[in-house]
Amino acid sequence: MSDYNFAYLDEQTKRMVRRAILKGLAIPGYQVPFASREMPMPYGWGTGGVQVTAGILTPDDCLKVIDQGADDTTNAVSIRRFFEKTAQVAVTEKTSLASVIQTRHRIPEEPLHDGQILVYQVPIPEPLRFLEPSEVETRKMHALEEYGLMQVKLYEDIARHGAIATAYAYPVKVEGRYVMDPSPIPKFDNPKLSMAAIQLFGAGREQRIYAIPPFTNVVSLDFEDFPFDPSKADHACDLCGASDSYLDELIIDDAGGRMFLCSDTDYCATRCAAGEVGAQRMTLTEGAA
Amino acid sequence: MTPLLQVDGLAKSYGPRIGCANVSFDLFPGEVMGIVGESGSGKSTLLSCLAGHLTPDRGAIRFDTREHGLRDTGAMSEAERRMLGRTDWAFVHQHARDGLRMSVSAGGNVGERLMAVGARHYGDIRAAATDWLGRVEIGADRIDDRPTTFSGGMQQRLQIARNLVTGPRLVFMDEPTGGLDVSVQARLLDLLRGLVREMGLSAIIVTHDLAVVRLLADRLMVMKDGHVVEAGLTDQVLDDPQHAYTQLLVSSVLQV
Amino acid sequence: MISVENVSKSFTLHNQGSAVIPVMRGANLQVASGECVALVGASGAGKSTLMRMIYGNYLTASGRIRVGDLDVASAAPRQIIDLRRTTLGYVSQFLRVLPRVATRDVVADPLLATGVPRAEAVARAEDLLTLLNIPSRLWGLSPTTFSGGEQQRVNIARGFAHAYPALLLDEPTASLDPANREIVLDLIAGAKAQGAAIIGIFHDQDARTRLCDRSVDVRAFTPEVAA
Repeated sequence: MSDYNFAYLDEQTKRMVRRAILKGLAIPGYQVPFASREMPMPYGWGTGGVQVTAGILTPDDCLKVIDQGADDTTNAVSIRRFFEKTAQVAVTEKTSLASVIQTRHRIPEEPLHDGQILVYQVPIPEPLRFLEPSEVETRKMHALEEYGLMQVKLYEDIARHGAIATAYAYPVKVEGRYVMDPSPIPKFDNPKLSMAAIQLFGAGREQRIYAIPPFTNVVSLDFEDFPFDPSKADHACDLCGASDSYLDELIIDDAGGRMFLCSDTDYCATRCAAGEVGAQRMTLTEGAA
Repeated sequence: MTPLLQVDGLAKSYGPRIGCANVSFDLFPGEVMGIVGESGSGKSTLLSCLAGHLTPDRGAIRFDTREHGLRDTGAMSEAERRMLGRTDWAFVHQHARDGLRMSVSAGGNVGERLMAVGARHYGDIRAAATDWLGRVEIGADRIDDRPTTFSGGMQQRLQIARNLVTGPRLVFMDEPTGGLDVSVQARLLDLLRGLVREMGLSAIIVTHDLAVVRLLADRLMVMKDGHVVEAGLTDQVLDDPQHAYTQLLVSSVLQV
Repeated sequence: MISVENVSKSFTLHNQGSAVIPVMRGANLQVASGECVALVGASGAGKSTLMRMIYGNYLTASGRIRVGDLDVASAAPRQIIDLRRTTLGYVSQFLRVLPRVATRDVVADPLLATGVPRAEAVARAEDLLTLLNIPSRLWGLSPTTFSGGEQQRVNIARGFAHAYPALLLDEPTASLDPANREIVLDLIAGAKAQGAAIIGIFHDQDARTRLCDRSVDVRAFTPEVAA
């Protein structure tokens, strides 16, 4: 037993966070201000997501934490340990077994199901910030549904690069009303935003919580003649052979050798265990031997 | 004939100091009205009130909306007023940087109002932007350049294109030629005059430059200390001024 | 067409000791359609002042000035603007234009203002410029750099582009050579024949004799200056 209250935050704070979450769920895509607390980690390390997770966690939950799809990176490991220590909840790397998944920059490949909650860490919640620095003005724009400016950003992309070059944090319109920043997930993940699980977004430094309830209509913004394209690297995973997953590109030697592998480590490992084989799996295993 | 804009007993004070007081006039479709007066005469306060940037203390401003005829702009919701601000109204600032997005390309600046009212076809938006850049004499090859790379005169012309692209019916201009070279001013005035004629625009132009109003404005209002001291046909007010202040103003202009 | 009834005018110079200078009193003048009337009287007697009052350029202190159906003395600015666009033309002694506008467009401008299609307006402008011997190589240039005589002819072309039912002419033949003077006099005679009511100031005695039905001496309207 640690000396911390369950899940680190005091009960009053958790209630405040839950109220913000409920309001966010009631108004999908709307950024609800909340009194973000100092957390025992630096801003940018997921203080928003951690507070949301702390607010919703129950002793019976099973927690999974990923950073860019991986369960084993520093950020994921330390947050997972944080809740193991302060809440004594069960943890897992299996997407299907987790009841709460905190994520940085990815949505798991395996479709989430009813009863699961996905918690995003958000650095900058305001999608209009790129062109309009005034918070007063952006709030007014959301209130009055003035979203021409968001389109200007995409226009600028096409004008400069010949295509919508925004590849992550690609803006979406939630249930036909609020334009929302889905956090810096790759645009490949955007189509998954309409899902069976609850999605909660926490921005600690910016003190905002927002949410997408299950089965909400989420549309990626685009132009009629430049439709949204959730592209990914034109490759299959070199480890598990998956052709439908988001890939990381890895430089493996000084001769320009490279390989592509799933950014979702659980997805890849599950497929490998089931006997799926990618192009470089053997080479790699031999090299390791 | 219904006036496009009807102003009745408008007043705005800053504490005990009068911004403008007791201003009334009708502006009819296709009319260009100049407002002249020295700094601090209240002309900019008046313009800000008319354009909805300031809330007047007293009086009414009625605009002939497309759907519902004359409506009190003060009684409109902010959403409606802002919608007017990007459809039927346009505001040309003295400093182009106040009216442009300096980090966005010229094409994006012109296209913003179109996208704000729902345009979602990149090719169409770009074609409209190209057309408007041409109309304000900016080369099509500059469409992807940012306004920071433009001269002062070009920035001002870009601001005008950005404002007129949605075919507004009423344009507010605050010293549109202020801070520009005389030669650049002439070109801008000629351009504005052509556009006003071509599009049947109504405009309210605030300036302290009498030459500008003589060339652009059909009617003139002279302000001093927050009050309208004289109003009438532009050439009549300038050639046969009645009020002492107007006479002083007209006689103070250096002849070249 | 034009009717001036018991009109008076004075200037108050607020910045020069509020001096009040009465310049006109009891002015009466009627001009019918198809009639041409010359204003005469010594320089400073008030010929131009009366003309400017009829045009709405100077305010009228009392009395009525009717042009067509409109009382200019009491009309709202937009009524006068409308009158000037459709009914009442004015050829002043000096050309006042925007520096950059081409001569062709300066002349076509009054037609465009009445809604004539551009091609038609420009064609009419070019006809007039040809008639008035403005070389075609100058049509694309601004008249601001032209000689005095050329500017005067551009001004006249502009004044006659639209067939105004009422016309005010302030010394239209001054600074013209004999050939061009003849052309301008023909233009005026043509407008008159078409039914325009014309009031003119002509220092040119011969022009007056040829064009005008009668002369009105404005000294009759000049207030007695107190000794």
